[in-house]
Amino acid sequence: MKNTEALCVVAIVALVTALLRFLPFILFRSEEKTPKTIKYLGKVLPFAATGMLVVYCFKSVTPLAYPYALPELIAAAAVVVLHLIKRNTLFSIAGGTLVYMLLVNLVFV
Amino acid sequence: MKPETLEKNLEPKTTEIKKPLKDSLKTAFKLSLPVMAGYIFIGCAFGIFLTSKGYSPLWAFLMSLTVYAGAMQFVTVELLVSPFSALNAAVMTLTVNARHLFYGISMLKKYRGTGKFKPYLIFSLTDETYAILSTEKVPEGENKGRLYFLVSVFNHLYWLIGSTLGAVFGSTLSIDLKGLDFSMTALFIVVFIEQWKSAEKHLPALTGVCASLLCLLIFGSKNFIIPSMVLIIIILLAAKNLNEGGEKK
Repeated sequence: MKNTEALCVVAIVALVTALLRFLPFILFRSEEKTPKTIKYLGKVLPFAATGMLVVYCFKSVTPLAYPYALPELIAAAAVVVLHLIKRNTLFSIAGGTLVYMLLVNLVFV
Repeated sequence: MKPETLEKNLEPKTTEIKKPLKDSLKTAFKLSLPVMAGYIFIGCAFGIFLTSKGYSPLWAFLMSLTVYAGAMQFVTVELLVSPFSALNAAVMTLTVNARHLFYGISMLKKYRGTGKFKPYLIFSLTDETYAILSTEKVPEGENKGRLYFLVSVFNHLYWLIGSTLGAVFGSTLSIDLKGLDFSMTALFIVVFIEQWKSAEKHLPALTGVCASLLCLLIFGSKNFIIPSMVLIIIILLAAKNLNEGGEKK
């Protein structure tokens, strides 16, 4: 691909990404004019979006083939347990990541 | 004077109470820490991937500065090595990044009153920045817009540093850090737990997980996000109508 074409691709990707990010804020600029439905979605969507994001992180696991999504499930369980015990964000993330790294580098090689 | 106008007069004053910039920087840095390792590491991986296709580090920097969307930047590298198609680039971006519409709608209220910081806040609303700021309660005396701005800038810097480092040093980086990217998954799980604890009803969170899982099974890992978004909206709207119907009785 020529440099000008590559630059074009990057510009399109950047613009469309920005458009998606700005669109809700452009459409619902003033609070009074924001439809009730959107306000309702604004309240409930954060929870649903995070749920979707968690699933998104696991989209490439292979539950039916080796290593049967075990590293991900064990490490995710570690994050949950650590967070329920200490409720310290950094500690939970560091602990879970360490568990995952040990699993994929030493156990499920 | 009506109480309403009184309130309006008081409003700017309360937001004017500012903590010194140094304090805000410290708070913002602490908030951004969960993202640091993941962004530098995944940014590095992106830089290495891009330069392996013959693009200079300047391209990595440019893309991380202007696109600033992790998964999409990897897809962009694939676009760069395929025959040029503007339409394909636009459609791929729409598909991969449609989920950002959800973050926008979720942050409409939080980002109100952030003034001059707002455009950058919206531009830099990545999965991770969204995750951090959606659960963050602004400390008293802190300027909301400025604090959010600083967190967003820190995250963007990690991403820029990571991708540039990866692009410059590329293959000479011999340390094997396989699995460090799990820190992003861990962050989202933590945010999920925090939101779960703060929520009165768990239906929205459960809807997010179940609808996405279902769509992942049906449509596969490459095409499930948009169907998931549609299904989530349908379920949440149906639940709203059910609730309202119940209240009327």
